[in-house]
Amino acid sequence: MKKILIVDDEPNIVMSLEYTFKKKGFQVFIARDGSEALELLENNIPDIIVLDVMMPKVDGYQTIKKIKENEKLKETKVIFLSAKNKTSDVEKGLQLGADKYLLKPFSVKKLVSEVDELLG
Amino acid sequence: MSSLSLFVIIILYLGILFFLAFIAEKRATSKWVNNPYIYTLSLAVYCSAWTYYGSVGVAATTGISFLAIYLGPVIAAPFWILILRKIIRISKQHKISSIADFISLRYGNNRLLGALITIVCVLGTVPYIALQLKAISETFEIMTHSVSIEKTKVFSDYTIYIALLIAVFATFFGTQKTDASEKHKGIVASVAFESIIKLLFFLIVGIYVTFFLFGGTEDIYNQISSSANITEITTMNGFENGFNWFFTILLSFFAIFLLPRQFQVSVVENNREKHLKKAIWLFPLYLLLFNLFVVFIAWGGLITFGNSNNSEYFTLLLPLQHGNYFLASLVFIGGFSAVISMVVVSTLALSTMVSNNLIIPYGFLDKFSRNQNDKNARYIKGIRRVSIFVIIIASYYFYFYFSVPLSLYSIGLVSFVIISQLAPSFFLGLFWNRGSSKGAIFGLIVGFLVTLYTLVIPVSISAFTNSDYFVNQGLFGINFLKPYSLFGLDFLSPHAHATFWSLFFNGITLAVISLSGKGNYRERNYAEMFIDTRNYSKLGDSALVWKGEAYVADIKNVLTKFLGLARTERALSLFFRKYDLPPDTQMADARLINFSEKLLTGSIGSASSKILIANVVKEEEISLVEVLQILDESKEALASNKALNEKTNELTQLTSELQSANQELIFQYKQKDEFLDTVAHELKTPLTSIKASAEILQDDFDEMPAELRNKFMGNIEQEVDRLSRLVNHILDIEKLEHNRAKLILKPTNMLNTIEKVTRNLSQLAKEKNILFEIEDVSSVIALYDEDRIIQVLTNLVSNSIKFSDKPKGKISFSFSQKEDILEVYIEDNSKGIPENDKNHVFDKFYQSENQNTLKPSGSGLGLAISKQIVQKHGGEIWLEKTNNEGSIFVFSLPFN
Repeated sequence: MKKILIVDDEPNIVMSLEYTFKKKGFQVFIARDGSEALELLENNIPDIIVLDVMMPKVDGYQTIKKIKENEKLKETKVIFLSAKNKTSDVEKGLQLGADKYLLKPFSVKKLVSEVDELLG
Repeated sequence: MSSLSLFVIIILYLGILFFLAFIAEKRATSKWVNNPYIYTLSLAVYCSAWTYYGSVGVAATTGISFLAIYLGPVIAAPFWILILRKIIRISKQHKISSIADFISLRYGNNRLLGALITIVCVLGTVPYIALQLKAISETFEIMTHSVSIEKTKVFSDYTIYIALLIAVFATFFGTQKTDASEKHKGIVASVAFESIIKLLFFLIVGIYVTFFLFGGTEDIYNQISSSANITEITTMNGFENGFNWFFTILLSFFAIFLLPRQFQVSVVENNREKHLKKAIWLFPLYLLLFNLFVVFIAWGGLITFGNSNNSEYFTLLLPLQHGNYFLASLVFIGGFSAVISMVVVSTLALSTMVSNNLIIPYGFLDKFSRNQNDKNARYIKGIRRVSIFVIIIASYYFYFYFSVPLSLYSIGLVSFVIISQLAPSFFLGLFWNRGSSKGAIFGLIVGFLVTLYTLVIPVSISAFTNSDYFVNQGLFGINFLKPYSLFGLDFLSPHAHATFWSLFFNGITLAVISLSGKGNYRERNYAEMFIDTRNYSKLGDSALVWKGEAYVADIKNVLTKFLGLARTERALSLFFRKYDLPPDTQMADARLINFSEKLLTGSIGSASSKILIANVVKEEEISLVEVLQILDESKEALASNKALNEKTNELTQLTSELQSANQELIFQYKQKDEFLDTVAHELKTPLTSIKASAEILQDDFDEMPAELRNKFMGNIEQEVDRLSRLVNHILDIEKLEHNRAKLILKPTNMLNTIEKVTRNLSQLAKEKNILFEIEDVSSVIALYDEDRIIQVLTNLVSNSIKFSDKPKGKISFSFSQKEDILEVYIEDNSKGIPENDKNHVFDKFYQSENQNTLKPSGSGLGLAISKQIVQKHGGEIWLEKTNNEGSIFVFSLPFN
């Protein structure tokens, strides 16, 4: 069973994604911001993380830096979700180690296919 | 003592001086060589053999009048800070290397004047050097008990060898560098050492005579009192003698500035202005010490030997009389020191003048322009070396043939009177801007001729012919032309009389000629510079007025011949950089001309350098009017410089203001950027939710449970509400910020407004068990746009409801009416706002970190909008207090 971590502070978005990936047979973890995600990652190693960029407290950029520092999460894929659509923002996200950068508003189907692609 | 052993002592002592000078040259930058004590001691080159032997002679024959020669310098010392500092400053700026250079530069760099001054200085100094040689010769005789020097062959007299040795010393350390304005550290150090030696040994012999040969000062006085001529030698004789004193003091006052050797040590060799401060009290102290025992030695000698012809050498004769050869040798060495330092510094100063002001400008200039720089340098050094030898040999001949019948003291005074002819042009030139070169030249000539007539000629005639006819009868037997009482002025001593008349005619001539002519632009120009040193040192190179044209390449050629290519290029590149000129500048301006002249002055003197540069410069005549105009312009330039500075300051300030404004703009731009980012995020977030929910509903509408279906549908509705609210708020704040929102101000009762708000929110409040309380007042009327204030109150109250966490919530309204302001307080007992949010609650899109759960319900703009509305009314809104017990928000509205 593949594990996915969804990190977003928007409850309605989280609800949609949770529904979608549960239906696809994922074990779904949810965090409402960066710090909650990092706390959760101490005990769980998901196969993929869907990470919102703009969040209160610890944002997406800070979170991915911490994730990349963690040896145990080497294999874990990361997809950024963001409303920031400037090239520089996308580049920054990819430079920090994200595997994909999806612009909001995104299509759920697109997200699912990207996840499938990353997890082979 | 045998003459050979005395000669060996002399050689040994010269060896020490050589070694000392050599070390000083090696360590030219050391503190040991560059300090105010060395400077002061070098000034004591003033005390020559004349002081060392002559004073005692005067004290023994004519009493305390010898003191006058030292009172002048003592009086002059306090003026050094004023006068000498100015002279030093000018000299450094213009690389002046002698008094001839200094005075001629003041009068427009006049070549003839420089040459005349050189001649006067040579004529005044050669007898003086002869006097030194005479002292050596005579003391040598006394020490070796040989017979008095009859006219023997020159080369059997030791004095010529000693003179030549001194010349070698002066040549070796005086002409190492071509640039005469450079320092001669070796010579200065040896002079300072000699000053210590001569003072020390003179004091020793003074103590020896006073306290060992006699029983102290009182004993000597008592013994001399019994002698007949006591009154004459201890007191001043009335009114006339007062004048004699005055003129002698005046002479020595001038001498301390004008003697070539004094100018050399005090100005040319000065390397720090501040050394003057020590010198002004140390130097008088030195003179005082030197004169402490003079009277007692003189009296002691008179008591021992009676009225002797040899009274000048009592310091030697007294120890010899008592068989103390060692002490006599010390005294001899002290006297020898006084001689060497005077001769070396004098010949050095004279040789610079002779080469730079006489020979080079009048004879060798043509030769120079064709030669290479190293050859030129050798020529210049050669001229100086030859000059030193010629001056010393000339002095020897003067001594040998003329000085025997004259006393040291009388020769010294004649020298002083001759040198003092420089005083009018020198001192008037420093403080009077009208003095012209023509005036200075004629003044000098007239003064010198008067000196010849009233002093040199009669003294010579009396000394060599023993005839008093000329003195007693005057020229052609005319009473009024008697040389010692010209025009019937008969109560002064010969030297005071000569001083008076020569300076009188000198000064009058200078003044009359200067006032009757306009003077040319060059000398007016330099005059302004010398007199107004402080202003012109600021203007520096640009102070010179010059009109004409010259090519930089030509000037460079001239410079290269004297300084070499490397130094020339370095100097020019420095100059171009200093004045911000391009390095390939073609035409030379006045500044470059002046700069180049100055560069050359050190090597070949100011007059020569002016001529050399003038060769390559096509100079146009400038009328006096033009000069004065240009001078005024430079003064104006100074003033406008000031104005320019002020402008620059203003500009700098403006720039920094602009910079900070720019910073602010960048900051605002960044903020705007961030704002747009935030708006995009805030808009896209609900869109994402809507899109995701819609997709899910579309795909799984039939298979999902109705409850879940409803939930997703509810999400969509909620997010659409959020979107429309957000759009409204953004439009609203945009309107408020850009003054597009009009307020409709009406006198309104705040109680009614609050009533409306609480009624609207009563459902929400009831859900969280919150009670509203309103202060019990009859009415609170203010002028405001009620719809807008309802918006503010709604924002504040719904926030309070949102953060309410107590079982019994409470929101109360109260009022404070100050003079012209109404303040509305909204107090709640909610969980409050975290400390670090406190200052940001009114920022756009600022979301408190602990409101996650309520995410979709706010736009993040409510308080920002409220702030805009209140400010539009002319009021303020702020968070008065907040903690976990609750918060107090306040907004104020002006009544008008």
